Amino acid sequence: MSRPTPPTLAGWGLLERPGVECRSEDLAALTRGAVLTRGLGRSYGDSSLPPPGTLDVAGSVLADRVLAFNPETGVLRAEAGFSLNSLNRLFLHRGFFSPVTPGTSFVTLGGAVASDVHGKNHHRDGCFGEHVRALKLRVADGQIVECSPTVEPELFRATLGGMGLTGHVLEVEFQLARVPSPWIVYESERVPDVDAYVDALKAAAADWPMTVGWIDCLSRGKNLGRGILIKGRWAEAHEAPPEPPRTGPKLAIPFLFPSWALNPLSIRAFNFLYYWKHWQRRRAGLMTPDAFFYPLDGILHWNRIYGRRGFTQYQCVLPDAAGRGAARRFMDKLTALGGASFLCVIKDCGPEGTGLLSFPLKGISIAVDMALTDRTQGIVDALNAFVIAEGGRIYLSKDAFTRPEDFRRMEPRLDAFLAVRRKWDPERRIRSAQSVRLLGDGT
Amino acid sequence: MKAVVLGGTKGMGRALSRALAADGHDVWLLGRNAEDLARSVEDLKARSPSVKVGAAPCDLESPASFGPALDAADAGLGGFDTVAVTAALFGTQDQLEADAALLQRLLTVDFAHTVLFCEAVRTRLLSRGGGRLVVFSSVAGERGRKPVVLYGAAKAGLTAYCEGLDHRYRAAGLVTVCVKPGFVKTGMTAGLKAPPFAGEPEQVAVDVLRAMKRGAPVVYTPAPWALVMAIIRMLPRFVMRRVGF
Ligand SMILES: Cc1cc2nc3c(=O)[nH]c(=O)nc-3n(C[C@H](O)[C@H](O)[C@H](O)COP(=O)(O)OP(=O)(O)OC[C@H]3O[C@@H](n4cnc5c(N)ncnc54)[C@H](O)[C@@H]3O)c2cc1C
Ligand SMILES: NC(=O)c1ccc[n+]([C@@H]2O[C@H](COP(=O)([O-])OP(=O)(O)OC[C@H]3O[C@@H](n4cnc5c(N)ncnc54)[C@H](OP(=O)(O)O)[C@@H]3O)[C@@H](O)[C@H]2O)c1
Repeated sequence: MSRPTPPTLAGWGLLERPGVECRSEDLAALTRGAVLTRGLGRSYGDSSLPPPGTLDVAGSVLADRVLAFNPETGVLRAEAGFSLNSLNRLFLHRGFFSPVTPGTSFVTLGGAVASDVHGKNHHRDGCFGEHVRALKLRVADGQIVECSPTVEPELFRATLGGMGLTGHVLEVEFQLARVPSPWIVYESERVPDVDAYVDALKAAAADWPMTVGWIDCLSRGKNLGRGILIKGRWAEAHEAPPEPPRTGPKLAIPFLFPSWALNPLSIRAFNFLYYWKHWQRRRAGLMTPDAFFYPLDGILHWNRIYGRRGFTQYQCVLPDAAGRGAARRFMDKLTALGGASFLCVIKDCGPEGTGLLSFPLKGISIAVDMALTDRTQGIVDALNAFVIAEGGRIYLSKDAFTRPEDFRRMEPRLDAFLAVRRKWDPERRIRSAQSVRLLGDGT
Repeated sequence: MKAVVLGGTKGMGRALSRALAADGHDVWLLGRNAEDLARSVEDLKARSPSVKVGAAPCDLESPASFGPALDAADAGLGGFDTVAVTAALFGTQDQLEADAALLQRLLTVDFAHTVLFCEAVRTRLLSRGGGRLVVFSSVAGERGRKPVVLYGAAKAGLTAYCEGLDHRYRAAGLVTVCVKPGFVKTGMTAGLKAPPFAGEPEQVAVDVLRAMKRGAPVVYTPAPWALVMAIIRMLPRFVMRRVGF
């Protein structure tokens, strides 16, 4: 007879660790003594997974109440498990949208704070944390503390982008963005190569509050990094159709794909089709916010196409100081390493924000998805060496492979963060699989 | 509708209250924790600013609280026409077998006191020409099954009560809707391993709201459970004795 397998938990990359998510509407009670809190598990790596030796993680998703909303000011306070999906569904038709949103709406407020998420408007509006007015945290010694840019400001700063390590976020108060209509005006263009792509991305920043793009990282030579740049802004009331955008039915990937389904050939075919689907050089028109912000949310569980072994996303930011060719050098490196990717997304980043470990800095962010193989660790190590040399850093919400010494090399702000953590949690009671791996926390 | 929800602070009751308010109905929450009720009222107000929302204390463990709670709901809503009861206690078979005090509480809350509460509602609604009573029972009350002997017995009693009530009073205007959820991912089932067809509270709320409008006497929700239970109802006794569910 086979022994029962221990329960496991995984992030979006499907990398599994022994773990159990405990859920309750009463997040305050649930987090008492908890080692970590997770939200919707949309971080790819091991940041939402328990440290080795511990099974239970608090799950916030049932704590999803709006606690206050002021329609005059657009300030909203809600429990940490409230999702951006609910936020947009409830408030878009009333003229409000999340001030910053990642590429999926299935994230909680707690997750948005802990990752200090960025969106297509980073060059204009910064990270999510720039719009947060106050946080209620359960800190390691069991106390409940309210912090803000003026009350316990160091705790506040360390919590933005602090991957849940400074305390359990119970409530978030933040400023919604007022939007003139529930529609997006977009313009997209085909760009022949990666240098032209980066130039076009930077040039678009002045006129467009939101930009994003996809590039093909499999084609070589002169086609290297050909891509599609998409620019958007909220439609003014007079430009928008009279009817509200409709949300279509969602498709779901019902089971794990066999691991051979994604191979360099099928990825190449996907990239080819995706590029040439955009056969006009330039397109423009109206789009629903769902199609614009969350193209992948239409397919639930799309991560299952990677099969049982799962995948990782490598996301780094390269500073402007690294020069115009930095993205091409990254692509060359990736091609040389043989890291085939389905999606390679390059985004524009504005200046570094308030969060002590917040990811973006002035430059560009590059993200590539990679199916896990025996070579993944080596590829990540090599890319990290490149990123360190260019003066960049990686995004902890996506990471599962970076080595602690590399993280330290790319993160001069780490000591400031650790000092705050030492003050509020000297015994490092709150920890995760990621903090054990990267910060040397005990198990 | 002007709906009262006992148990609306959590789980399926929370989802149902939100669905009712979003659909334009006034909602009055009943529950045992005042502070928690206040937070849920704020939630409903922020989500659906145009409907009337309020709350009053009511504890299924204390029947003395039922009358004042219904008075408060009547006053707050200007006379309610619909009452949903989602509140209940759960315990696994192992817990209930091991703890007689817990068992007594569960049998009392989930059956006796729930019926007393429904009776208080019945007299009120009938005195003004009828209305809707929506009672959350469970698929656990459908057959005697090994993993839910005790909880299932309480729910079986509740199901029988709902059926009888509906037969007796529908003609007089009181429509009774018996909701039989399958496995739904709420705090109640948080520690348990989810079977196939496990549902979300939001799905349940959509199904229940539709059934309330149609006046359906019985709702299996989420929908696949209707088929699952149709099969389980037909299984001969000797098969039920062997299987583990
Ligand atoms: C398709 C897709 C696209 C994405 N696009 C972007 C993007 O464009 N920009 C971007 O910035 N990110 C992006 N992400 C990443 C995602 O936004 C972050 O990982 C986010 O943190 C996920 O939120 P979550 O609620 O799922 O949190 P989880 O993944 O569950 O947790 C993430 C981290 O937050 C911590 N945490 C969660 N809740 C709490 C709480 N209540 N208290 C304390 N700590 C908590 C966890 O401990 C963990 O460290 C994307 C992810 C996906 C799957
Ligand atoms: N979840 C399932 O899989 C499932 C399956 C079949 C049937 N059901 C039935 O469906 C109904 C709803 O279940 P759920 O999963 O949504 O439950 P839940 O999440 O546990 O919520 C139960 C609600 O009942 C309230 N409550 C409990 N005891 C109470 C009391 N003595 N007085 C007043 N209120 C009380 C709770 O309020 P507090 O905040 O005060 O605790 C809470 O709001 C229940 O009748 C349950 O038996 C559930």
